Amino acid sequence: MAMQRHASSSRFVATLLLLLALATSAGAAEKYKAPRTSWGDPLIEGVYTNNTNVPFERPVDLGDKAFYSEQEYEVRSKAPAVVETTTTVTDVHYQTADFGLDPDQSQMVKNLRTSILTRPANGRMPPLRPDAQRRSDAARAAQQAHAFDSAQNRPLQERCLLWAHEGPPLRPVGYNTLVQLAQTRGYVVLLTEMIHDARVIPLAKSRPDFGGLTRWQGNSWGHWEGDTLVIETTGISDRVTPRGSSVPMGPEGKVIERITRTGPKSIRYEFTVSDPSLWDVPWGGEFPMELSDQPLFEYACHEGNYGLPNTLRGIREEEKTRNRGPRQ
Amino acid sequence: MRTIVCVLALIACTDRVLAQHADIPRTRAGKPDLSGIWQALNEADWNVEPHVAVQGATEMLGAIGAVAPGIGVVDGGAIPYLPSALSQRDANRSHRRTEDPEAKCFLPGVPRATYLPYPFQIVQSDTGIMIVYEFAGAVRTINMKSPGEAPVDSWMGVSNGHWEGDTLVVEVSGLNANWLDRSGNYASEARRVTERYTVTDADHIRYEATIDDPSLFSRPWTLRMPLYRRVEPGARLMDFRCVEFAEELMYGDLRKPGADKAASDKPAAGPGK
Repeated sequence: MAMQRHASSSRFVATLLLLLALATSAGAAEKYKAPRTSWGDPLIEGVYTNNTNVPFERPVDLGDKAFYSEQEYEVRSKAPAVVETTTTVTDVHYQTADFGLDPDQSQMVKNLRTSILTRPANGRMPPLRPDAQRRSDAARAAQQAHAFDSAQNRPLQERCLLWAHEGPPLRPVGYNTLVQLAQTRGYVVLLTEMIHDARVIPLAKSRPDFGGLTRWQGNSWGHWEGDTLVIETTGISDRVTPRGSSVPMGPEGKVIERITRTGPKSIRYEFTVSDPSLWDVPWGGEFPMELSDQPLFEYACHEGNYGLPNTLRGIREEEKTRNRGPRQ
Repeated sequence: MRTIVCVLALIACTDRVLAQHADIPRTRAGKPDLSGIWQALNEADWNVEPHVAVQGATEMLGAIGAVAPGIGVVDGGAIPYLPSALSQRDANRSHRRTEDPEAKCFLPGVPRATYLPYPFQIVQSDTGIMIVYEFAGAVRTINMKSPGEAPVDSWMGVSNGHWEGDTLVVEVSGLNANWLDRSGNYASEARRVTERYTVTDADHIRYEATIDDPSLFSRPWTLRMPLYRRVEPGARLMDFRCVEFAEELMYGDLRKPGADKAASDKPAAGPGK
């Protein structure tokens, strides 16, 4: 019992020290005064990486543990990468280490968090509302019934139309992690390396008139709140579905992003997603990004997309074989 | 004769001086400010050379698909192809309906991105310039600080920029082979393109691009055209992710026999989780 009490109090002290360290660190970040553009806006432009080994959702066994200790982080950073979508390596041509694609082979942004998602407090996606879950299940079943009928039935990222990590909200992705911010008077551009999608975000005092049209990545506009760029996005195309849902956000769906420069080489990216037609509570999180010393190179997805036609070609061949029946 | 030459030189010189002192937007550092939404207004994407109207690649589209006539944008009128390079131009032209990279929604390269009939936005900061094109989500960053060679070829190439007076000069290299228009004119991956952007007044840019590609052309040649600012209220780049419009052309033969095309045009699935 004494040992248990000792362990318990040690954990309490360690947690206190960690919180103190984080508070100090956050305080230092808040004190950082970003340099200014010639027209007076905080300077955030540059090529950043968000390469991380922090999963988007917190592993269930960590419960409400929001941060690793420095020691735990060190151990984790030496461990094999955590990937949310596991790939069975069956083809020697996709050994990621051969191409420098393993997270530990490139610049990693230090982050003690146990998940990118911080709200809800358990770091897990909130459940869909029951009616939304039913719609989502039905949509998913309908999609899966015809998943390989044609190119148009394949997911958007296979078609090189839009990758989920591009958002909004942005999300760290396993490779090609660069994000370029460009600034001019009245606009900020947010360019994701994969797949060369540039969101041109007008800066305004109030929401501009977007003519009631939707866009693949929604209609974004921004304004500065002190040194933080706040971007509001609505009007995301109904062909885009948010994480954990096979149906799109409704007309009240909204994404708020906040970008704050926290040091000479770092920015903090925060996001909040809300849509009363899908979730009872908003969800969101944050992650740091660091200036990269590498330029952003062109990721031409569609031009080299041999995977999509080969997938369809394979399925059509399989159907022919099936229709011919077993050999006599 | 000598007098005429002198007068012409004086006029040219005066014109240049006036251009440099014109009332153009400038950055705080005094450089011309190219920021804004711009668009070419000509028929160069149909054919950069002078051409009359002709039947388009798809007769079933009627006059909508016709090649609109144009006075051309090439200095001297014709592209100086080497004789050996013309057969490929002709083959391209014969297969333009299916082989034009624009039809396939491929990144358009330089200089074609400039005179596609769609707007593009120049984003000029204190230290760099980015150009975002509406078509196919093409984008380029013009490196103004530390010029470097392209590490490997790409569709939009590597752009190194510098100022010559009031003119932004951009050297582009590392470009994939690509077409220059819908008529099959083309350039190889060996080309180097030198672009010159000169702001002539608040709403116009004089654009020139010189293409040096000894593998195809007998000499470097130049195309030039004005670019116009999109001045209407609310002007902005729209989504033109053209991949979805090229899929039937490129992958239509792989559709499941009997599958309902209408049902798949708007898939229920999004980009995944």
